[in-house]
Amino acid sequence: MSDNSRAELYQQVILEHHHKPRNFGEMADATHDAEGYNPLCGDHLHIYLHVDDNNLIDNVMFKGDGCAISRASASMMTVALKGKPVAEAKTLYEEFHQLILGHLKPEKDPNQLGKLAIFSGIWQYPSRVKCASLCWHTMKGALDKTKSVSTE
Amino acid sequence: MAKPQLFDVKKIRKDFPNLSVKVHGKTVVYLDNAATTLKPQSVIDATVHHYSAETSNIHRGVHYLSEKATAEYEKTRESVRAFLNAAKSSEIIFTKGTTDSINLVAHSYGRTFLQKGDEVIISEMEHHSNIVPWQILREEKGIVLKVIPMNNNGEFSVADFEKQLSPKTKFVSLVYISNSLGTINPVAEIIKISHRQNIPVLIDAAQTVNHMPVDVQKLDCDFLALSGHKLYGPTGVGVLYGKTDLLNKMPPYQGGGDMISSVTFEKTTYNVLPYKFEAGTPNIAGVIALKAAIDYINSISFENIMQHEQELLDYGTKVLTKIPGLRLIGTAKHKAAILAFVLPNIHAHDLGTLVDEDGIAIRTGHHCTQPVMKHFGIPATSRVSLAFYNTKEELDLLAASVKKAIKVFSPKL
Repeated sequence: MSDNSRAELYQQVILEHHHKPRNFGEMADATHDAEGYNPLCGDHLHIYLHVDDNNLIDNVMFKGDGCAISRASASMMTVALKGKPVAEAKTLYEEFHQLILGHLKPEKDPNQLGKLAIFSGIWQYPSRVKCASLCWHTMKGALDKTKSVSTE
Repeated sequence: MAKPQLFDVKKIRKDFPNLSVKVHGKTVVYLDNAATTLKPQSVIDATVHHYSAETSNIHRGVHYLSEKATAEYEKTRESVRAFLNAAKSSEIIFTKGTTDSINLVAHSYGRTFLQKGDEVIISEMEHHSNIVPWQILREEKGIVLKVIPMNNNGEFSVADFEKQLSPKTKFVSLVYISNSLGTINPVAEIIKISHRQNIPVLIDAAQTVNHMPVDVQKLDCDFLALSGHKLYGPTGVGVLYGKTDLLNKMPPYQGGGDMISSVTFEKTTYNVLPYKFEAGTPNIAGVIALKAAIDYINSISFENIMQHEQELLDYGTKVLTKIPGLRLIGTAKHKAAILAFVLPNIHAHDLGTLVDEDGIAIRTGHHCTQPVMKHFGIPATSRVSLAFYNTKEELDLLAASVKKAIKVFSPKL
C-alpha cells in the first residue's frame, strides 16, 4: 500500500469479503464465543468458535454490524482459523497484532499470515486499526473465556 | 443598525490559513466545523502576541506585564458580555469549555440545591456532556433524569417538553442547536414555561453561538454554556454565563488560587463573582484570543453569516439528497447548517476514509450523541457541518467524492 493512494485500503479482496462475508451467522454448538464492541465506531461483532477434543478449531463463525474493514477482517479471520490448533490461532493473533501496528513487515519477517497480510498498510490509518483488530481481540477473548471485549 | 459589509467569501477564506492546507495533495475541504472551527489569523496572532510580548500571570503581580495581561483578559470578559448581551461582565465565567461549564453547574448548583427525587429534564438529542454530569449527580444524590423524546425529524415541541414537566421538576438543561442533527430547539418558550415554576434553565449553546446571535437577557436563560473553539477561537477556553443571584448562591466548583479573598487554616473567604469560579491560573492566552474571535465574528456580522450558511444548507441539502439512497438524519424544520446522513451500503467510517482521500474532512461516528443514533437505529452517521467560510463548490466536491465512494463500494458482479 502506497502513501498517496488511500483507496488501496479498500482493495478488491477486502471489498469482496465485505460484500460476501464467509462463515457469517450464529453457531448453535459453539464451545467458545464472545462479543466485541468498538464504542468509537459502533462496530459490534459476535465471534463463535467450536474447539474439538484435540484442541483444534474445527468451526468458526461471526455475525454483527460494522464497517467494511471490520467485516472483511472478521471474514478473513474465520477462513484463516478454520482447522487450526488453538495454539496456532494465538500465534496468528500475535502476528496480526504486530502487522497492523506496522511492526511486522510480511515481505521480510517470517510469518504465518498468508492472505491476512493484505492488512499490512492499515497502520497508516491509526483511526482504522481498531476496525481490523476488533474480531481478533474478540476471538482471543472467546478463547480466553472473556465474554465481552471492548477496544476502548 | 449599520449595514454590514459586503460578504465576500473568497476574501474571508484568506483570513483562515488552515483553509489552504494540502491533505493528500489536495486543498483541504473542511466540513467538520461542529467538531471545531478553524481560526482566523487574528486569533492566531493574538495567541502568539500574548506568548511573545505580554506573557504574565493575571490578577497577581503589580508589575507592568501582569497588569497588561490582566487588562487584556478582562477585556475579553467584557467582550463576551456584550456578545451575549449579559447584564454584567461578572456573570461571565471563563472555563475550559462547554463540558466544563455544564459540569460546574451540575456540580455546584446541582449538588447544593437538588435533592433525592428532584427531576432534571434534558432531551434525547443532548451531547454526552449534557447527559453524563446529570447521571453522576443521579448516582450521588438520587435525582431523577427525565428525557424529552424527539420525533423522526429530530425535533421536539414545547408540548413534548411540558409532558415531562411536573411539580418535582427542579432543573432543565437543554441543547439549543443539536450537534448531530442541526435542530434548533424552541428554548425561549421552554425557559418561559419553566420560570412559571421557578425552575432554572441551562442552555448548551456550544453549537449555537457560531451560527446565530444569542441574547441571554432576551432568552432569560439562567445559565448558558459555550466553547471558544467552536466560535473560531482557541481550544481549552469556554464560558459559563450565569445570572448573578444564582451564581452568588452557589458554592465554588474548585478551590485554589484566585477564587479566594482570604485564607487561614481556620477559614477561607471566597472571592466575589466571577473569580469565585475561576480557581487557579486560567488559559490566559486562550481567553485573550477569544476576544479576537468575537471581534472577527462581529466584523463579518451575524446577518451575513446566517444568510450565507442558510444558502449553504439549502444547497448542501439539494446536492446530497440527489445521491441515490442517501438518507438525511435530522430533517427538522428549524435547523442550522449541519447535514448528517447515512448511505445504504457504506458504513460512515468507510465513507470518512474514502472522502478523506479527496482532502475532504467530515466527521463520522456517533458524534457523542449515542441516544440519537439509537433513536434512528443506526451505529453512526457522516456529518457535514458548515461555517461561513465554506462554499457551494466545496459541497459539489463532497457530493462528487461521495458518489465516487459509492462506486468503489458497489459489488462487482
